[in-house]
Amino acid sequence: MSLDQPNLDTSPKVSDEVRKTTCYMCACRCGINVHMKGGKVAYIEGNRDHPVNQGVLCAKGSAGIMQHNAPSRLRAPMKRVGERGSGEFEEISWDEALKMAVDLLKPIRENNPEKLAFFTGRDQSQSFTGFWAQAYGTPNFAAHGGFCSVNMAAGGIYTMGGAFWEFGQPDWDRTKMVMIFGVAEDHDSNPIKMGIGRAKKKGAKIIGVNPIRTGYNAVADEWVGITPGTDGLYILSMIHCLMKAGKIDLDYLARFTNASCLVNEDPNSDQRGLLLKDSDGQPVVIDRNTGKLAPWNGQGVEPDLSATYRDKGITHRPVFHLMADKYLSDEYAPENVAERVGISAENIRKMAADLARVAFDEEISLDRTWTDFRGKTHTKMVGRPVSFHAMRGISAHSNGFQTCRALHTLQIILGTVETPGGMRFKPPYPKPATAHPKPHGKVTPGAPLDGPHLGYAQGPDDLLIEDDGTPKRIDKAYSWENPMSAHGLMHMVISNAHAGTPYKIDTLFMYMANMSWNSSMNTSGVMKMLTDKNEDGSYVIPNIIYSDAYSSEMVAYADLILPDTTYLERHDCISLLDRPICEADGVADAIRWPVVEPDRDVRGFQTVLCQLGAMLDMPGFVNDDGSAKYTDYADYITNHIRRPGVGPLAGFRGNGDDHGRGDVNPNQLDRYIENGGFWIEHVPDDCAYYKPFNTAYQEWAVKMGFYDVVQPYIFQLYVEPLRKFQLAAEGVGDRQPPEHLRERLKRTMDPLPIWYAPFEDGHVDPEEFPVHALTQRPMAMYHSWGTQNAWLRQIHGHNPLYVPTKIWEENGFEEGDWAKVTSAHGEIVVPVAHQASLNANTVWTWNAIGKRKGAWALDEGAPEATKGFLLNHLIHELLPPKGDGMRWANSDPITGQAAWFDLRVKISKSDVPNEAQPAIPPIKSPVGKGPGKLTWKVGS
Amino acid sequence: MTQLPSSTQKKLGLVIDLDTCVGCHACVISCKGWNTENYGAPLSDQDPYGANPTGTFLNRVHSYEVQPPNLKDGSKAAAQLIHFPKSCLHCEDAPCVTVCPTGASYKRQEDGIVLVNESDCIGCGLCAWACPYGARELDADEGVMKKCTLCVDRIYNENLPEEDRQPACVRTCPAEARHFGDFADPESNVSILTAERGGMDLMPEQGTKPVNKYLPPRPKDEAPEFDVLAPYLEPIAQDAKGFVGWLDKTLSAMPRGAK
Repeated sequence: MSLDQPNLDTSPKVSDEVRKTTCYMCACRCGINVHMKGGKVAYIEGNRDHPVNQGVLCAKGSAGIMQHNAPSRLRAPMKRVGERGSGEFEEISWDEALKMAVDLLKPIRENNPEKLAFFTGRDQSQSFTGFWAQAYGTPNFAAHGGFCSVNMAAGGIYTMGGAFWEFGQPDWDRTKMVMIFGVAEDHDSNPIKMGIGRAKKKGAKIIGVNPIRTGYNAVADEWVGITPGTDGLYILSMIHCLMKAGKIDLDYLARFTNASCLVNEDPNSDQRGLLLKDSDGQPVVIDRNTGKLAPWNGQGVEPDLSATYRDKGITHRPVFHLMADKYLSDEYAPENVAERVGISAENIRKMAADLARVAFDEEISLDRTWTDFRGKTHTKMVGRPVSFHAMRGISAHSNGFQTCRALHTLQIILGTVETPGGMRFKPPYPKPATAHPKPHGKVTPGAPLDGPHLGYAQGPDDLLIEDDGTPKRIDKAYSWENPMSAHGLMHMVISNAHAGTPYKIDTLFMYMANMSWNSSMNTSGVMKMLTDKNEDGSYVIPNIIYSDAYSSEMVAYADLILPDTTYLERHDCISLLDRPICEADGVADAIRWPVVEPDRDVRGFQTVLCQLGAMLDMPGFVNDDGSAKYTDYADYITNHIRRPGVGPLAGFRGNGDDHGRGDVNPNQLDRYIENGGFWIEHVPDDCAYYKPFNTAYQEWAVKMGFYDVVQPYIFQLYVEPLRKFQLAAEGVGDRQPPEHLRERLKRTMDPLPIWYAPFEDGHVDPEEFPVHALTQRPMAMYHSWGTQNAWLRQIHGHNPLYVPTKIWEENGFEEGDWAKVTSAHGEIVVPVAHQASLNANTVWTWNAIGKRKGAWALDEGAPEATKGFLLNHLIHELLPPKGDGMRWANSDPITGQAAWFDLRVKISKSDVPNEAQPAIPPIKSPVGKGPGKLTWKVGS
Repeated sequence: MTQLPSSTQKKLGLVIDLDTCVGCHACVISCKGWNTENYGAPLSDQDPYGANPTGTFLNRVHSYEVQPPNLKDGSKAAAQLIHFPKSCLHCEDAPCVTVCPTGASYKRQEDGIVLVNESDCIGCGLCAWACPYGARELDADEGVMKKCTLCVDRIYNENLPEEDRQPACVRTCPAEARHFGDFADPESNVSILTAERGGMDLMPEQGTKPVNKYLPPRPKDEAPEFDVLAPYLEPIAQDAKGFVGWLDKTLSAMPRGAK
């Protein structure tokens, strides 16, 4: 043979056109270039100009073409014709579907709006769906935050006006040490990967704190294989070490936190433990200039971190003294926590020392002048280049809220929040809890609710309870059971509605929430609740309306299906009004637009809500003459005005040149499309750090419309609202908790971060159930967000239970073995695999790979349905009885966050069954099954 | 038998950083997407929604657990997990080329890329058998051998902006663990990275002289090179009372308006 080479066309045409929109293969919201050929999607890649992903794209994003063309897509509205749960449906017209919905919703709205429970799952349009629910008038609205990461969000907002992910991020370019807690694949998926890559390139050290060493923790320079549920104790022990060594940023603590604020220490006062206030109601400090009381925000005031105030024989001390009392206690000494956290005392000390070394020996200083809210001008921006990121691993515990607060306290005592090299907020954050709405729940038949549903309770007065203490909401959010439940408790809706506590409902209306499968605890129980009947043959939950784009497990449990579009067929706005796509250096928002028109009889869910709102004559959805205000969601995105000059999209307002605030621009969506699907404006350099305290930033934020008046604040190491609930539990005030919750409120609502053992530890015998069981989300698959993707399922079609060496050897497991895994609530039989890089008492599996037979257009023999499994069967929404006559919720007592990761199990070898147990019977697929072969090429 | 060129003008290939690869499979799917739509036959999938889905991939990521040797203090090191992306290494002495009975497999003289001319491929599978890395996959639908093309239809493609003229896997990698360049140029990004980070050949004993290089993971879980207690954690007090005393003293030494 010769060396003749064939002629190769190395410049083939790539596509006819590139359409730029926003990915929706997970919650990360990357910009994508959709290459079109002959009107069809040919290839998807990352958008280089986009602030979130800067050109890169993960496996999910690149597999969008398989999602968009999935055989599991619903095709038309459907009404149930068989028994609920059977999957027997009949396709109907949109006219009929909308009439069915209105026939249910209209009488409820006119008579008792609370009989509608409207929960929107993994919705990214909550400012719109919440607006709809408020106009409808039901108090029962939330998205999925309660079973996701509300502890992270609420812990961050109450403490420092923002948390991680969409609230803030490490200063990746300047940080020298990044410590991640409980992070697997998360919402911030590409930015974290990009950040880790950039940090490593510069030689920054990555520390992974996680019982499981995979993914980001696998590339971490150091791994802390902590015992699940003990992160708070580990963090407080490091705080102990750092305070004891004086390795804390005193200047930062004095100026920018409420560590200087004085606490009322009069044991006989009904204000005991609250912050001392001046006549304007402002917390007070001692001013170092005068030695006298002064408001925390007084011009020229230099707060004293240590001075006390003596009045009427009582010495009132600053918060920082209370912190010293608490954290210098031997309770938190490394030797006294080592066994519980599973990390040696020596290693706890080493980590604390390394934090101190980087924070104080490697200080960063930028020559940027800025002026703080007290009028003091600083010539430098000083930073301590230690940064943190945390996610569900620490938040999905019953002690998660306080653990998140402990982590923020560690960040703050080191002076690393909003400083160079530390953690930076993303606009429109920072925003303190007091700048958010309070919760609202006052119902008036035929009229809107009295305000936004969800918000930040500041004390017992903000609880949504009746005079007799009965919760106003079906999920019991903002009740004494979980007073600060800022995202609601979607995971309690079905069980409460089924039990009729606090009351029965008429219609359950859900969107993008796979509640009969992976999104519920106690999956089998929930399936039964959804199908249970009264003696008269009617369903206990009378009506269920559901919207989804795909044939998910939940579809079978609805009476009426409103089929949604795929993400490439729809309008969306990723808005500053709810969960924007900003980066620390820029304020940004984005759209989705139909880069292809649907080839099925489907409608974007938000468009359907506009239409239903008009048919129900809801304020905000009809014009004065009664006609529909918005033809579709695009019309709403363009023309809705939330506050003067502020609409869903902040870019290209007015004549197209106004940003932030401005009039409606009828061509706004076109301008976004021309700009690549997003808008960004950079944060000015003098506003880049110290944002909560920085006058220039505050003024810029008002100009951009994040809020309407400047609102500087200091970090709340001491969270006074927690103390108000605790004080009520001590018997102070008119609004009193029920007796059975009093002791728990006293113990858990500590205004300074604490650690207590996960609740399950007190309800099940840790010796009988010695093993912690967790799930992680794989990087290349999202949990039932879309379909079971043809390409991605070849990577993640199986989910064994990963077992550490100790348990593997104790049980004599071998490759191919199966195990019986038992919790206090249930039992599963599943395949096992060995993993050495794992906490010795922890097992885990990938989240939501297990599928039900008949769902997602998969063959019934698909491995997801035969070997795949859910841990959900082992987890109950209530903790096991412990003999006190009560059933306690398996949730954080402060926020109500589902405590998925408190789970304890025991494990033993099992005979190999035919398939994973419990095997749930198949449901009938409303869309048939996918093709037997794919040769996907749209071009010639 | 097919001949290899005695030398190539360029040696294009990849550097894959095993220290940074988080195992996300972004490169796997980006490759699948581009190469399904572009060079040659689509990368097909059999039983894609069924019991045993199998498809053609030109790049796959494997994960391996390793048990490092004991730490300096003699204690047992924690096990580690290494993500290992694998695709054709475009070997200088590519056995897949010399074994090809039809000349369909060839190594390009100008840049060293190993390709399969699908119109000449008879799907005999000898090349996949000869490749010690398992980097070739026979497409079950088309019956031709598929392999990494180093995105030969991207890297010179004048229809793409210049910055996008790189393999799809490199363009998409979120952690920047993949780098593309010319190993024949000692000043290229890939040559410099290989030199600085000790880039390695995969299975050098096979004598294939792979062009792609792997950067080894940096050492992990090493104890800090400093004394923990002094100066970083030396106590300034034993209890809260002592702490407040230290605090008062320290604050009084700090000028007002410091910083």
